Amino acid sequence: MTTTDIARTRTDWVGEANDVARRIRARVLELTILKDGCYLSQALSSADLLAALYTRVLRLQPLAEPLGSAPFSGVPGSADPSPSGGRFHGERTPDGDRFLISPAHYAVAIYAALESVGRLAPGALESFNTDGSTLEMIGAEHSPGFELTTGSFGQALSQSAGIAFARRLRGETGRTAVFVSDGELEEGQTWEGVQAAAFYGLDSLMLFVDVNGQQVDGLTKDVMNVEPIDARFAAFGWDVRVLDGHDVEAIAAAVESKVTDGRPLVVLAYTDTARGVPYLNARKPHLHYVRAKSDADREAFDKALAELKGELA
Amino acid sequence: MIETQVHSRNIVDWAADKPEAVVLSGDLTGSTEIAAFKAAYPERFFSLGMAEQNMLSWAGGMAREGFVPYLHTFSVFLVRRPYDQLAMSVAYPNLPVKLVGFLPGIMTPGGVSHQAIEDISLMRGLPNMTVLEVGDAADVESVLDVAHAVDGPVYIRMLRGALPRLFDTPMELDRVRHLADGEDVTLFSAGITTEEAIRARHVLEAAGISVTHRHVTTHKPFDDPAIADAIRAAGSLVVTVENHSVIGGLGSEVAERMAEIGAGTRLVRIGIPDTFAQGASAPYLMDKFGLTAPRIVERIGAELGRHIPVPDDLGSHDVTIDVGAEQLEAL
Repeated sequence: MTTTDIARTRTDWVGEANDVARRIRARVLELTILKDGCYLSQALSSADLLAALYTRVLRLQPLAEPLGSAPFSGVPGSADPSPSGGRFHGERTPDGDRFLISPAHYAVAIYAALESVGRLAPGALESFNTDGSTLEMIGAEHSPGFELTTGSFGQALSQSAGIAFARRLRGETGRTAVFVSDGELEEGQTWEGVQAAAFYGLDSLMLFVDVNGQQVDGLTKDVMNVEPIDARFAAFGWDVRVLDGHDVEAIAAAVESKVTDGRPLVVLAYTDTARGVPYLNARKPHLHYVRAKSDADREAFDKALAELKGELA
Repeated sequence: MIETQVHSRNIVDWAADKPEAVVLSGDLTGSTEIAAFKAAYPERFFSLGMAEQNMLSWAGGMAREGFVPYLHTFSVFLVRRPYDQLAMSVAYPNLPVKLVGFLPGIMTPGGVSHQAIEDISLMRGLPNMTVLEVGDAADVESVLDVAHAVDGPVYIRMLRGALPRLFDTPMELDRVRHLADGEDVTLFSAGITTEEAIRARHVLEAAGISVTHRHVTTHKPFDDPAIADAIRAAGSLVVTVENHSVIGGLGSEVAERMAEIGAGTRLVRIGIPDTFAQGASAPYLMDKFGLTAPRIVERIGAELGRHIPVPDDLGSHDVTIDVGAEQLEAL
């Protein structure tokens, strides 16, 4: 491969990742309009991070074709449990990556990302947040993309560290990636997990944090401050990268530069909850669940959707 | 016959041919009789420190990858402190994580922070959870086989230190042990109360009261047909004796089954009467809450409207003593 080829390949994936991010934003905004409300701001803040992970960073096996998601059949342990949402990430391999999602409120962003990268069948999202669908508003381990049940926050990192630890015991070389939101850093268990992952030197573990600085009651710094996040992780012995969470190249570069030195990696992706829909800036910091409250809102949402789709075309 | 360190010896032999079985310890390795395992299988022993929320979720992660983690700490730190982690990271996904909980009920001088008096109640309420309790050395030696065979999470109410050997057969899942058959009183006991109940039963029988006695090792599922049969055998009284709150444990299990089969017999629940306890010796607290053989005799006599003399030598035996200094030093 020549230098020119590498440059072109790089440009190609960046363009593709940016398109995936636009499609995530457009899809979730569309659902916000159609369903009269959705976890929109989470999708706006995390779209580029998810796009970079799914298109560039993660080594996931491809699917022969996009998968549908059958209606919910039963809980684990029942006669007919629904299959794991992890199947959307392809066949597990010893040297491949695992991608584990913590903030279950980001489910719609995950579904839109999977659809956008051709892992979730077109049309599947029509059942989103309808009774009996596995595409629940707050996902669990039967929902597309979810291997863990994580709506009670702070548990995914510990579970994922257990998975990474077990994989290492078995001699697997693949990495285990975890996606969390910054609000979860308020949970005490998060720091128990951070402590244990460092204690066991799990350098196959990668933690991606969507630091959008907002939670249900308002700005994270006003509800329960979690900063300085970088210094806290560093003090626990982690390898810390701080970057613009809307810069897909920076996200990929942070992971590519990771060396196996016994330290787990944390990528602190600082993001904007109104990215792509600047009209929402006026509502900050109250964007946990977004609905159109007026005709002006509806017009602005329609206009923003048209713009996002226009950028894609 | 009194034996010591039964779990400590048993799990080392038991785990020899089970490479998938690993032990996670919460900084109580000597106190939970798992130091010998650590010495025998250092590659299968993992210290997770005093961080039980992480330990429960971490165990769930390992179980998803094919390991069968046996978590060792005190019961209160397995089921009370990290309840949500247990519910979401282990029980909901029905993962084969086995919780080996020590210091059931009032078997600790550690006081309220160390006394698991509502653990059975909490664990029975969790879907997918199997709940086991041991009462003698034979139970301890067979409970791991029962737990390992369950395709899902199991809570074991474990005993340490000195234990009586009451049985010569292995315990079985959802099967009560048959100790006596009679017509007047049916007695259900579990854990450390069974040894007391056996001695109480002998006094009752000497006083002409015919007793059916069953030892319960499985709190959930609680479907053994022999339970209903034993309830129906009671001519005048069904009695439960448990080292647990009378709410949500053995007394509730039997009450539910009695209601379901339409039994008209009176039920007397002997246990911890919906109160927290204080830090004191097990014999003292067992006497206080009526769990000793003399107190059981007195209570049943009172319920039957009879005075039954309690022999002088029926006093509580120190059958389940606390951990000795040698175990603390075993680390």
